[in-house]
Amino acid sequence: MKLMNKLLTATAIVSASAASAVELEVTHWWTSGGEAAAVSKFAEAWNATGNTWLDGAIAGSGGTARPIIISRILGGDPMAATQLNHGRQAEELIEAGLLLDLTDVAEAGGWKDIVNPPALLDACTLDGKIFCVPVNIHSAQWLWLSHAAYETAGVDVPTNWGEFVASAPQLEEAGLVPLAMGQQGWQQNIAFGDITLAVAGVDAWRAVSVDRDIEVAAGPEYAKVFEEMVVARDMAKNSNVQDWNMATNMVITGQAGGQIMGDWAQGEFQVAEQVAGVDYTCLPGLGVNEILDTGGDAFYFPVIDDPEIEAAQKELAALLISPEVQVAFNLAKGSLPVRGDIDMSAANDCMQKGLNILANGGVLPSGDMSLTPDTQTQIEDLMAEFWSGDMSAEDGQARYVSIIEQAE
Amino acid sequence: MTATSEQIGTPIAAKRPSRWLRNPMAKIASIPMILTALVVFVGGTTWTVVYSFTDSKLLPRENFVGFDQYERLWSTARWMVSIKNLALYGVCSLVLTLTIGFILAALLDRKVRFEGAFRTIFLYPFALSFVVTGLAWQWILNPDFGLQNLVREWGWTSFTFDPLNNPDIVMFGLLIAGIWQGSGLIMCIMLAGLRGIDEDIWKAARVDGIGTIKTYVVIIIPMMRPVFITSLVLIASGIIKLYDLVVAQTNGGPGISSEVPAKYVINYMFQAQNLAQGFAASTMMLLSVVIILIPWAYLEFGGRKRG
Repeated sequence: MKLMNKLLTATAIVSASAASAVELEVTHWWTSGGEAAAVSKFAEAWNATGNTWLDGAIAGSGGTARPIIISRILGGDPMAATQLNHGRQAEELIEAGLLLDLTDVAEAGGWKDIVNPPALLDACTLDGKIFCVPVNIHSAQWLWLSHAAYETAGVDVPTNWGEFVASAPQLEEAGLVPLAMGQQGWQQNIAFGDITLAVAGVDAWRAVSVDRDIEVAAGPEYAKVFEEMVVARDMAKNSNVQDWNMATNMVITGQAGGQIMGDWAQGEFQVAEQVAGVDYTCLPGLGVNEILDTGGDAFYFPVIDDPEIEAAQKELAALLISPEVQVAFNLAKGSLPVRGDIDMSAANDCMQKGLNILANGGVLPSGDMSLTPDTQTQIEDLMAEFWSGDMSAEDGQARYVSIIEQAE
Repeated sequence: MTATSEQIGTPIAAKRPSRWLRNPMAKIASIPMILTALVVFVGGTTWTVVYSFTDSKLLPRENFVGFDQYERLWSTARWMVSIKNLALYGVCSLVLTLTIGFILAALLDRKVRFEGAFRTIFLYPFALSFVVTGLAWQWILNPDFGLQNLVREWGWTSFTFDPLNNPDIVMFGLLIAGIWQGSGLIMCIMLAGLRGIDEDIWKAARVDGIGTIKTYVVIIIPMMRPVFITSLVLIASGIIKLYDLVVAQTNGGPGISSEVPAKYVINYMFQAQNLAQGFAASTMMLLSVVIILIPWAYLEFGGRKRG
């Protein structure tokens, strides 16, 4: 009898550990140096639980990876978990019942109370059910400035957008590029959004992006935005890189004065072992309106008809938002954690600035949440055309207005 | 296909069997291909065309909106740029690939030494995928590391050759890569065609005192008509589906100056999550192929029967 019991226990243990050792394929598009370092924190934490993280990194930006991810889910070959930007991108996948409902995990973990700002969880919620785990907050409203470049030009490091524009001629005289800009629509769209917030202000931005107010879009505030964009275009005319991290690299090496890019650029500065405030300066909200949007990355879990995998998916979901993993991941990535209750004192100068702004409630919904990918793509196409050619400010504005008019 | 040649020898039967029942085995064997053609090509095409009249976003849905998607398509600057780029690339690629392919083949056919080595060298690029070709040429044409830098280091410091960053000539940067990749194959096909020309034709031309170049232009090229048509079809199908080269080499940039229709279709179907818009664009691509193909097929096959 005793032997029998022992045997039974042994089999129970074996089968229990076999059940929990699941291999999950996770797709994401975090492939730059800083991003890869951050995602390995997730993988380490997951592997430490006895499961296996099968990394499915897709090179290229979200624009390249998203179609691959979505077509795999639609085509019946889903991965176990995938990164997506939360917001309207996954709406139809949820409606079609292709994504796993995580409401029970969220309730068990008390996500409603810990996720800050709450808008992040709202973006994961459809009809009262929660379908994704937010893992970080990304804000795009940052101007990164190279101390080395300003030293070469003999100018003080600017403290806001106006000073940055004014310092451009001196930088050019010193043979430097004032504004590093990757020639891709989404990067130029970020610059557009940031310049809008700095020049036209938050109210005008909200009226157009959230409420689709045509009159404001065609009005004088936005006219000023497009004029400023022409100025920015001139500042970036000698920047002929494509990828955002190449542009960041121009700032790191002091070939360019600054770059408008999201806070993920920070990961690159970290990999290059630069120190915030000493080697580079960051200006949230371009130093004008200290406000950040709360876009970010979230993980979605496609429905897989296997209870073992489903249990593991839920386990992974809970792990991604757990305090230790959040700290480790966000410190490596340079993004802000999604929960307000953890100790981020190890964060550097720039991240502290961001955390302060969040704590003070300087929060905007991100474009991903208010505009459909269709409209976003149209605006990105317009920006790509605007920045590469010599389109006038008036034409640019007129085209922008017609896109907003058609937006759903 | 072999049906007619076998029938010739047989005596005419009292009552001819129905056309449809002749050679049953050959017909049974071709059923899978017929089904594939019907279901995949015709069925898929019809489905795409039908859904291009809806407002499908990420998933197809049957909410018909008439020609809205087409109206939007033709008022989109990026689509217009894509069409112009494809036309430019198409014409240049067709003419240059055929010319270069033929000239290389004709030169090799002049019984040069090390013909095998040259043939291999010229054909090698074709073994590379468009993605590799695109990346390689992106580096070669990069002003800081590639050709421009090399020539400047040789001492010609004002030399500027930077097509990939210049919206006006970026398509030629793509064209160089496309031709480099594709002309080797055309050369091989042409070479096979040239080898198929009877030696006696050359002798006869020489007896008549016709010069070498004139022989090529006036006698050999007209005789190689089928070879040219094969090449033409190969090049044309490569042009219309031009996508991976652009993605690898420029990704449509700078700005939108090297966008192509196939890329528009993919981007709108998946990145912008607007299926119907992508379908409308792919229907327009199909339509343009049909417009070119039908008159040509009519002339090529319809005309010959009567002539």
